[in-house]
Amino acid sequence: MYLKSAYEIRDKYLRKDMLPTIFCPGCGIGSALQYTLRAIDDLGLNPDEIVWVSGIGCSSRVPGFVNFDGLHTTHGRALAFATGIKLANPKLKIIAFMGDGDAAAIGGNHFIHAIRRNLDVTVILINNFTYGMTGGQVAPTALKGLRGTTAPYGQFENPFDIADLAVSAGANYVARWSVFNYLQGINSIKKALQKEGFTLVEFLSPCPISFGRRNRMKTSPELLRWYQKITVPISKAKKMSPEELEGKIVIGEFADRDRPGLVREYEEYKKRAKRMMGWEE
Amino acid sequence: MRYPFPVGKSDFIQGDEAIARAAILAGCRFYAGYPITPASEIFEAMALYMPLVDGVSIQMEDEIASIAAIIGASWAGAKAMTATSGPGFSLMQENLGYAVMTETPIVVVDVQRGGPSTGQPTLAAQGDIMQAIWGTHGDHSLIVLSPSTVQEAFDMTIRAFNLAEKYRTPVVLLTDAEIAHMRERVYIPNPDEIELIERKLPANEEEAKYPFGDIHGDGVPPMPIFGRGYRTYVTGLTHDERGRPKTVDAEVHERLIRRIIGKIENNKHDIISYETYALDDAEIAIITTGIVARSAIRAVKLLRERGIKAGLLKLNTIWPFDFDMIEELAERVKKIYVPEMNLGQLYHLVREGANGKAEVELISKIGGEVHTPMEIVEKVVG
Ligand SMILES: Cc1ncc(C[n+]2csc(CCOP(=O)(O)OP(=O)(O)O)c2C)c(N)n1
Ligand code: SF4
Repeated sequence: MYLKSAYEIRDKYLRKDMLPTIFCPGCGIGSALQYTLRAIDDLGLNPDEIVWVSGIGCSSRVPGFVNFDGLHTTHGRALAFATGIKLANPKLKIIAFMGDGDAAAIGGNHFIHAIRRNLDVTVILINNFTYGMTGGQVAPTALKGLRGTTAPYGQFENPFDIADLAVSAGANYVARWSVFNYLQGINSIKKALQKEGFTLVEFLSPCPISFGRRNRMKTSPELLRWYQKITVPISKAKKMSPEELEGKIVIGEFADRDRPGLVREYEEYKKRAKRMMGWEE
Repeated sequence: MRYPFPVGKSDFIQGDEAIARAAILAGCRFYAGYPITPASEIFEAMALYMPLVDGVSIQMEDEIASIAAIIGASWAGAKAMTATSGPGFSLMQENLGYAVMTETPIVVVDVQRGGPSTGQPTLAAQGDIMQAIWGTHGDHSLIVLSPSTVQEAFDMTIRAFNLAEKYRTPVVLLTDAEIAHMRERVYIPNPDEIELIERKLPANEEEAKYPFGDIHGDGVPPMPIFGRGYRTYVTGLTHDERGRPKTVDAEVHERLIRRIIGKIENNKHDIISYETYALDDAEIAIITTGIVARSAIRAVKLLRERGIKAGLLKLNTIWPFDFDMIEELAERVKKIYVPEMNLGQLYHLVREGANGKAEVELISKIGGEVHTPMEIVEKVVG
């Protein structure tokens, strides 16, 4: 793959008057954003036909920085808003940019139901194990023992594996990478954007400021080394025992299937309704 | 356009059914909801009709998602509605505020039932008046309409869409279980008999750059809907005229919020609608709204028969509120009575309007039954 310079991508897609971004030095959100823009660029998608949707959190500020139609909604509700946009105008391609707290805590219900319906949307999920924007409280993805301001002695609850959840709920495409897996990341987003139905690319993303600092990893490189330690490629994970996988996070592609998306299902439903009413053959 | 119900003639239908048919005739093509008594029949009717008119009806996972979906649909260009009752309406409040802040035209029907909490699911009440006006947080304004008959439920639904589009604002249609389930004769007009208002769109690229700017001086910016190449960013954060977040700028916040409230307040004489009955020479005024107005009309007749000069002011719009009109009325009459099915919500507004110029007495009733005319008469004759 030929990689355009980051400046070219920036100049083509960002709103200059919105810069600088609000993101802290070393934050991984910018990388995930760059991968998404590169995927759009590589696929030659028309920006006028893409709508970015988000909830609330650091990750959710992304639609403000990109020069597309964008809806920055309420905490956790992005996918519910997206359902309305997509069904009201199925021509629009929807990218939902969301945080792990946004998607899996307050928005958990919308998340599983959007997947159940197979809503046509590509979710870019920033998993930083924490609530970045509000200053480092624990997120439902936080592994046991990780610290947050609301679990100062280390998280005692079990975490959600978001990708796993998405696979079980029925998503058409699910992949997870750390933001350091840039080629895999871009390729996954490209795949996701080309598919019908619900697609999810989750990124383990460093939040040195709200998360790393409280977990003895003050910088991005320290978080990178930690990701390298805790992540296991899916091929390898298949050969590992549950005990060996304890405290590890599997990365890779978890689902790639082609169930009909919500838009197509509703089109069929409309036809069925008209047939049943004798309006149309 | 073919309609899945008869048009241009009368039909004997429930209030909920009337609201659904009116929404379709008003051009609503997106409905999202979650079932709740006594509003479910609106959803059921929409579920039946929407696919036939190439619209969408979808059952969301809850009321939060329902209002979120209709806001999204509105930004994608559709006229959109949801309907619920008290508990669901409470869940919607955060996103109702989002619709106010982002100036999104939507219609939210709240079929009131007895509360608080799950209360009395099948019985009528008027306990959500304050919630409809003030339920969401922060300084804001929106429009609240209140019908007294099934025909009015029909007519006001069309008006709700028109006002939402005209002022780029959420409109709440506040009705109750009694009207929702009551069957009455309703005239369903032909589409060409209905006057519809559509939202103002940007005339050009330049106008589209200011989706939250008062570029026409009427307080209502044109709405650049998604997918037309305008690249609009919409946020519930405090934003400037271009939609850019400006969360710590006092001036931007003040300008935005005052305009959003101002576009309703400055146009209140266009928005406010009321009816009077025997009020011209009245010494006793009864002010009420919704289902209770029907008992109140009868009460006025009975009072007049007894030689008491009573008159009725029936409020069709609950918000914006014409405080000045109430004050003028208070100057003319000896006493004002406010019968309502709660412990005094409209009463607060009327008393503020009356401004001490006349005594205001609440005639409250809760538990699910509408006041009988005699109950009102007895309070007045003492
Ligand atoms: C209803 C509601 N509750 C709480 C908040 C406060 N809040 C803002 S962002 C946030 C969490 C953000 O965490 P996450 O979704 O993981 O995103 P990140 O900031 O880490 O990218 C919370 C709790 C809010 N805005 N709205
Ligand atoms: S708080 Fe964390 S997630 Fe938010 S911008 Fe800073 S580093 Fe990124």
